[in-house]
Amino acid sequence: MTEIFGVPTQALFGQLLIGLINGSFYALLSLGLAVIFGLLNIINFTHGAQYMMGAFAAYFLLNKLGLNYWWALAVAPLAVGATGVVVERLMLARLYKLDHLYGLLLTFGLALVIQGAFRHEFGSAGLPYSIPEQLTGGTNLGFMFLPKYRAWVIVASLVVCLGTWFVIERTKLGAYLRAATENPAMVQAFGVNVPRMITLTYGFGVALAGLAGVMAAPIYQVNPLMGADTIIVVFAVVVIGGMGSILGAVVTGFGLGVIEGLTKVFYPEASNTVIFVIMAIVLMIRPQGLFGSR
Amino acid sequence: MAEDAYKPHASRDAAAEARYHRRAFVVMMALFIAAPAVVYPVFVMKALCFGLFACAFNLLLGFGGLLSFGHAMFLGMAGYVSAHAAKVWGLPPELAILAGTAASTVLGVFAGLLAIRRQGIYFAMITLALAQMVFFFCLQAPFTGGEDGIQSVPRGKFLGVLDLTNTLVLYYVVLAIFTAGFLLIYRIIHSPFGQVLKAIRENEARATSLGYRTEQYKLAAFVLSAGLAGLAGATKAIVFQLASLTDVHWSMSGEVVLMTLLGGMGTIFGPVVGAFAIITMENYLAELGSWFTITQGLIFIVCVLAFRRGIMGELEAWLRKRRAG
Repeated sequence: MTEIFGVPTQALFGQLLIGLINGSFYALLSLGLAVIFGLLNIINFTHGAQYMMGAFAAYFLLNKLGLNYWWALAVAPLAVGATGVVVERLMLARLYKLDHLYGLLLTFGLALVIQGAFRHEFGSAGLPYSIPEQLTGGTNLGFMFLPKYRAWVIVASLVVCLGTWFVIERTKLGAYLRAATENPAMVQAFGVNVPRMITLTYGFGVALAGLAGVMAAPIYQVNPLMGADTIIVVFAVVVIGGMGSILGAVVTGFGLGVIEGLTKVFYPEASNTVIFVIMAIVLMIRPQGLFGSR
Repeated sequence: MAEDAYKPHASRDAAAEARYHRRAFVVMMALFIAAPAVVYPVFVMKALCFGLFACAFNLLLGFGGLLSFGHAMFLGMAGYVSAHAAKVWGLPPELAILAGTAASTVLGVFAGLLAIRRQGIYFAMITLALAQMVFFFCLQAPFTGGEDGIQSVPRGKFLGVLDLTNTLVLYYVVLAIFTAGFLLIYRIIHSPFGQVLKAIRENEARATSLGYRTEQYKLAAFVLSAGLAGLAGATKAIVFQLASLTDVHWSMSGEVVLMTLLGGMGTIFGPVVGAFAIITMENYLAELGSWFTITQGLIFIVCVLAFRRGIMGELEAWLRKRRAG
């Protein structure tokens, strides 16, 4: 068996793959957070709970309605996004004139309610969700075994992230969005319905979390608390990347996932904390984040 | 609050405010001294520890305008250090509590130096992430006992004379610690330092332009808050003879935010009231597990949407209105 730095290549590439998978979810989630923050100036603490709701939506679609994974990929984000629209209209819309910290507190409370309700209903044990049959099995690449589903998650996440980047940076709709981020009053004066845009943006960010949840369902078990710890890591990712740029969020997400994976190989004790340590170092050297601007 | 200073009767208002604080303090102390006759003392001690924790948190949020979402790291770390000091090193309780407080103060210096580099929402996210790092450290470090925590911590004799195995003696020692912490916080808030802190909360750019080094003030507030939160955590570990992962978990950081929000952030007595309310609720809902979480979340939502001044904030606004009318 071949070794690199005393580590078998199988283990190394295996962890690298897990790192890329985790990175896919970090990227998708921090992208959603960045999109929401850009327009609403709110850090969406409910993001982890909404990610979990996406996974549960996939589970219900399969077990109650018999709709498979591919349907879930389309339906679950819409459903979760719709709940986001309701939350924005009923609650968040009342907070825009206040200190932004109230948005954080409200979404934190909402996350507690949602996670508590799901745990009450389904317990803390995970529910299984099987990999769709088209994506079972895998390919032997010679140096490692690549399961098809994992490759799919990485590719799909990259496509969604780049698609979002394209829409926001290269289309007319995205131009409106960026303009409203800079100066909502001016955009409103030009006849764009800014409040509706804000609602839909929140819905879209939440839908991204839901989509991440569907993709995560076959990898991690469907669990009421699956988003609770993830969201804290994603916050650290956001602090490291800075929320100024979409591509920055994507690059940081994947990069940190890989670093976390490699830490598991070389120094497993630190794998839980490595992202937070990197955050501390980045704060010392470049407080605005790697891709952020003051 | 800020407009009050420009009114012609500002000094009269301040005198009335001080009178109200004195009266409220006397009522609070009378209630606490009499409490063991009516209520189970261990319950009140728990609430006192959390009350001090929330007051320390409120010093940072209510008067410095800094929302820390990671204060559990100070409560929990101090608990571990004081439990370890009492059990393994065999230190008497007063030194164990001091050791815990010192540990969280040092932790506060490092966390504070990092966190004050960003403001607002980022400050909250950074403190949360740092606290999560401390959580994983406590989960893995050998001296914390991992999932089991540090159990059956000896209470010992306070200052060599007061036998803490007697619940009533323990109660009054805890009450004394709470009162000392509470009065210290009151003193800090009403000192020139506290005034500058409030100025920074209201308008940081202006405070800077007046020549104040705002970073240093914010760091000092953060460290003081961390140390006092540690005092609460260290005392709690001696009272319950236990230091566990619950106290370093992010949900504990959320709980102290909730206590302060419900009681009234930026008020003197609010955090104590909030702590008693939440601990009482926990007492009744604890067996129901997830219902406690759901209720906590609902209180958060209601407070943010409709009750932002909190219990004491509303009460004080009503008193002020009555005085004016």
